[in-house]
Amino acid sequence: MEQIILFAPLLAAIIAGFGWRIIGEQAAQWLTTGILFLICVLSWIVFLGHDGTTEHIEVMRWIQSGTLDTSWGIRMDRLTAIMLIVVTTVSALVHLYSMGYMAHDENWGEGERYKARFFAYLSFFTFAMLMLVTADNLVQMFFGWEGVGVASYLLIGFYYKKPSANAAAIKAFVVNRVGDFGFALGILGLFFLVDSIMLDDIFAAGPMLAETQLTFLWTEWNAANLLAFLLFIGAMGKSAQLFLHTWLPDAMEGPTPVSALIHAATMVTAGVFLVSRMSPLMEYAPEAKTIVVYIGAMTAFFAATVGLVQNDIKRVIAYSTCSQLGYMFVAAGVGVYSVAMFHLFTHAFFKAMLFLGAGSVIHGMHHEQDMRNYGGLRKKLPYTFWAMMVGTLAITGVGIPLTHIGFAGFLSKDAVIESAWAGTDAGFAFWALVIAALFTSFYSWRLMFMTFYGKPRGDKHTHEHAHESPMVMLIPLGVLGLGAVFAGMIWFGSFFGDDEQVNRFYGIPEHHAEASEDESPTEGVAPEGAIFMAPDNTVMHDAHYAPKWVKVSPFFAMLIGLGFALWFYILDPKMPRRVAEANRPLYLFLLNKWYFDEIYDFVLVRPAKALGRILWKRGDGGVIDGTLNGIAMGAIPWVTRLAGRAQSGYIFTYAFAMVIGIVVLVTWMALGGGAQ
Amino acid sequence: MIQADLNVILPEIVLALYAMGALLFGVYTGKDRLTGPLIWLTAGVMAVLAAWIGIGGEGTREAFGGMFHDDGFSRFAKVTILLAGAAVLVMGQDFMAKRDMMRFEYPLLVALSVIGMMVMVSAGDLMALYMGLELQSLSLYVVAAMRRDSARSTEAGLKYFVLGALSSGLLLYGASLTYGFAGTTLFSGIIDAAGEGQAPLGLLFGLIFVMAGLAFKVSAVPFHMWTPDVYEGAPTPVTAFFATAPKVAAMGLLARVLHDAFGGVNADWSQVLAVLSLLSMFLGAVAAIGQTNIKRLMAYSSIAHMGYALMGLAAGTVLGVQAMLVYMAIYVTMNVGTFAFILSMERDGQPVTDIAALNQYARAEPGRALAMLVLLFSLAGVPPLVGFFGKFYVLRAAYDAGLVWLAVAGVVASVIGAFYYLRIVYYMYFGEEGEALDRSRASVAGVLLMASAVVMVVGVVNLFGIETAARAAAAALVN
Repeated sequence: MEQIILFAPLLAAIIAGFGWRIIGEQAAQWLTTGILFLICVLSWIVFLGHDGTTEHIEVMRWIQSGTLDTSWGIRMDRLTAIMLIVVTTVSALVHLYSMGYMAHDENWGEGERYKARFFAYLSFFTFAMLMLVTADNLVQMFFGWEGVGVASYLLIGFYYKKPSANAAAIKAFVVNRVGDFGFALGILGLFFLVDSIMLDDIFAAGPMLAETQLTFLWTEWNAANLLAFLLFIGAMGKSAQLFLHTWLPDAMEGPTPVSALIHAATMVTAGVFLVSRMSPLMEYAPEAKTIVVYIGAMTAFFAATVGLVQNDIKRVIAYSTCSQLGYMFVAAGVGVYSVAMFHLFTHAFFKAMLFLGAGSVIHGMHHEQDMRNYGGLRKKLPYTFWAMMVGTLAITGVGIPLTHIGFAGFLSKDAVIESAWAGTDAGFAFWALVIAALFTSFYSWRLMFMTFYGKPRGDKHTHEHAHESPMVMLIPLGVLGLGAVFAGMIWFGSFFGDDEQVNRFYGIPEHHAEASEDESPTEGVAPEGAIFMAPDNTVMHDAHYAPKWVKVSPFFAMLIGLGFALWFYILDPKMPRRVAEANRPLYLFLLNKWYFDEIYDFVLVRPAKALGRILWKRGDGGVIDGTLNGIAMGAIPWVTRLAGRAQSGYIFTYAFAMVIGIVVLVTWMALGGGAQ
Repeated sequence: MIQADLNVILPEIVLALYAMGALLFGVYTGKDRLTGPLIWLTAGVMAVLAAWIGIGGEGTREAFGGMFHDDGFSRFAKVTILLAGAAVLVMGQDFMAKRDMMRFEYPLLVALSVIGMMVMVSAGDLMALYMGLELQSLSLYVVAAMRRDSARSTEAGLKYFVLGALSSGLLLYGASLTYGFAGTTLFSGIIDAAGEGQAPLGLLFGLIFVMAGLAFKVSAVPFHMWTPDVYEGAPTPVTAFFATAPKVAAMGLLARVLHDAFGGVNADWSQVLAVLSLLSMFLGAVAAIGQTNIKRLMAYSSIAHMGYALMGLAAGTVLGVQAMLVYMAIYVTMNVGTFAFILSMERDGQPVTDIAALNQYARAEPGRALAMLVLLFSLAGVPPLVGFFGKFYVLRAAYDAGLVWLAVAGVVASVIGAFYYLRIVYYMYFGEEGEALDRSRASVAGVLLMASAVVMVVGVVNLFGIETAARAAAAALVN
């Protein structure tokens, strides 16, 4: 069954991508969508039937080279199962949604065929993502990692006639390359020290790595910390964490379903998945974990601030995604991987929903994306409005405080914040997340109010023709809505319940919880279970006993944000302009995304281009081409003419050459030959 | 005793008896009317001899007290020479018939020169060497000037004769020096006299002069000057013959003298050969760029190719000799194909040798143009064609022997040389519209052209096993 889940999307992609001329565009769409729904059902069966124990399913022998001996295998444990349902569910719904969204695309002229290609890319992405999450070794994971990168590149640049889309695609690829370089170094380092790339071998080597020193860049490092950090750099790139985040907002150039699937629900969470997957290594890398916490918290805060002032509906959601990913990393960084996965899981539903809802609005508004031109769309797009409302309630974390009843985001976000409190002793990360929650609430409601309330702004014609989307687009919203409402409540216990429940869910052995202090994990044996928490890691336990003020703080942050949004955009719509003018530098700072792009352009891009130009013009053009052209067009014809002139046609010239030749040879032999 | 000796040289005796018998027969009967059948008969006899030598011969035998060797090396060279001679004979027939050149002496002179070549590659003594060489050369002088009514042909023959005489003089002088210092003309005696690594200077002078004489025959720079003029002036079938069999024979003889007689002073002749090889490769590559006459161009091409073959010899190892043999076999095959093409180049019945005449040839005759393209790419040494493997072998031999600089230079020269081969391809496929050549008719030459092109492609599988044969041959020579 796992093999079918894994390879069916690849098959669908190949058939749709190469065979659509034979089977037709319509058939290609139905085929890919049908296969996705099939594997979605299979994934749910796998997830619900999974008992938590880790299984290894070998697909084929893969690499045998020296001590590197690796098979292509599926690692079937709880983490994989979670990711399977997340990926296949969102992907199947996005496929279905795209059939409506992509039906008439004004980026393409009459007679141009693009749908089959789009669906082939989507299916290929799904395959690569599944390859990533099912990987049983790091190289296989890297394969999937690069595969999703390629798919992301292709889909961001799907409108390849738009220069901005091409630029965004290249940017995404290049920025990810920086992260991938770290990831690759991490893999190589692990192979260097552990002599294996199998996850089990690496997990077993955790304690050993913690006591190993590694020289890297002329400095001695603790191996576990260094390698965990290198892997985290890869995660930063893929998950758009601070410093490597610049590609994600630009990636919104892709069609909206792509944003929902790749840049919200699945691919960008690969980094969180990686950190959770490598928990047996992370647990031995305290410094690296601290870095994860700080980066995550800073990202959550930074992205939320930028989200406050953006006007493009997709960019707001993009920054929101970036921010929520920061939440997940904080949870993973403090050692509560289970909660990181919880937020990943719920976030996939409500964020995909928000994106698809935004897509529905964009679709209904004839590809208008600026929220300043929206307003009052509640009546025109009633279903979309309710879907977005559910999504907003979920992301802002609405629920009944101190109970386990609420929208998905309420449960998972609160779990993250409580873990952050317990993990950092109410430190920076905790406060950053609480404030970010306030901002989240503000920009999410701002989006709602600007889009659906108030008076219609912008082009009158567009507003008159605004229309609700077809059923193929509304059904996915409904299904995701179920997830956004109930996913948190149903699985709260499994992800963030008491220790016993969580351990059972992840297949962690029972005795682990009461293991005595001095009993360290056995050397050379990989810890059982999908995630590993060191015996001294009691953060999750402590988080359950957080004081009440901690538990209600995100709720109040949410209320404050909602209040401000109401005030600014419903009660007193002139207010935002006044505030922006009063604090113009701050406003510009946020609007320009903290000037990250400008700084990178100045510090990195321009010097690199200048260097490239020098090497191109001076080095390649001047020196290399110059030399070769000089020889080919100057020196050789000259010699040719000379040789032609020597060939006089007179016998005496020829005889003379022979005599000269023999004289030279004899002289040479006499001076330098055997006589000496 | 004499019986055994004669047994060893039986193939040569058979060919000689055939040639003389056919000559007498021709003189007293039909004369030139017999040319056609005689060409086929001579080619047939040579092919049969090649099969006999190639399949029948084994082991190492000596005759006349060591003056004549029959070993793997000589057999490899003889088979190549005989097959090349036979192929060139039959493919030139149409050309000669059309231009009233069907002299019945032509096939017999070729046969006689082939006998000389067979003696050359088997020589075990300076005298046998000289006899073989002169028999070959005299026959070639005559065929070069075969078109007595053409000033160019006569001039070619005369130039070749005069310069050949000069080179023979050099060779003889070297031989006498060698005899003077070694006290014997037998190779086995000379190698004893030369000793290991320390030979008397006089003996080395002898070596240089002998090498110069032989370098003239393989047209290595600076003894190459006759080549373009003679190639251009001689009738094309004769040029084709010049470019193939005699080169193999001279190369074989050079290898034999150097290894059998001077094997002990390897280092001395190796450096000389390396210089000759370097000069030949570069001059062949550079000078050919300026040529517009395809026959002259092929002359420079053969000079460059001889440079590569010499590179193999310069290595002075078993691998080097093997590489040289492989290279020569491939070279001969390519040249047979190329000259088969040149023979068919004509406009209004007149032979054309200007390469600009090939403009847009591919449009008129795509099949032949493709075959020529394959051959030219192979001549340039473009992988994966067979010509590349020839170069690869000699480069590896030179590299293994420590002549890295020579190998690098060889690569550079081959890049330069690629220009003029590719220019012909350019003319054939992308040239300007011009006066077209005559349509070719089905002929033996056409078959050989196609066969040779096919060999260049199919041969990459295992080079038809000549590597193994060449290795055995090289092992027989070097010890």
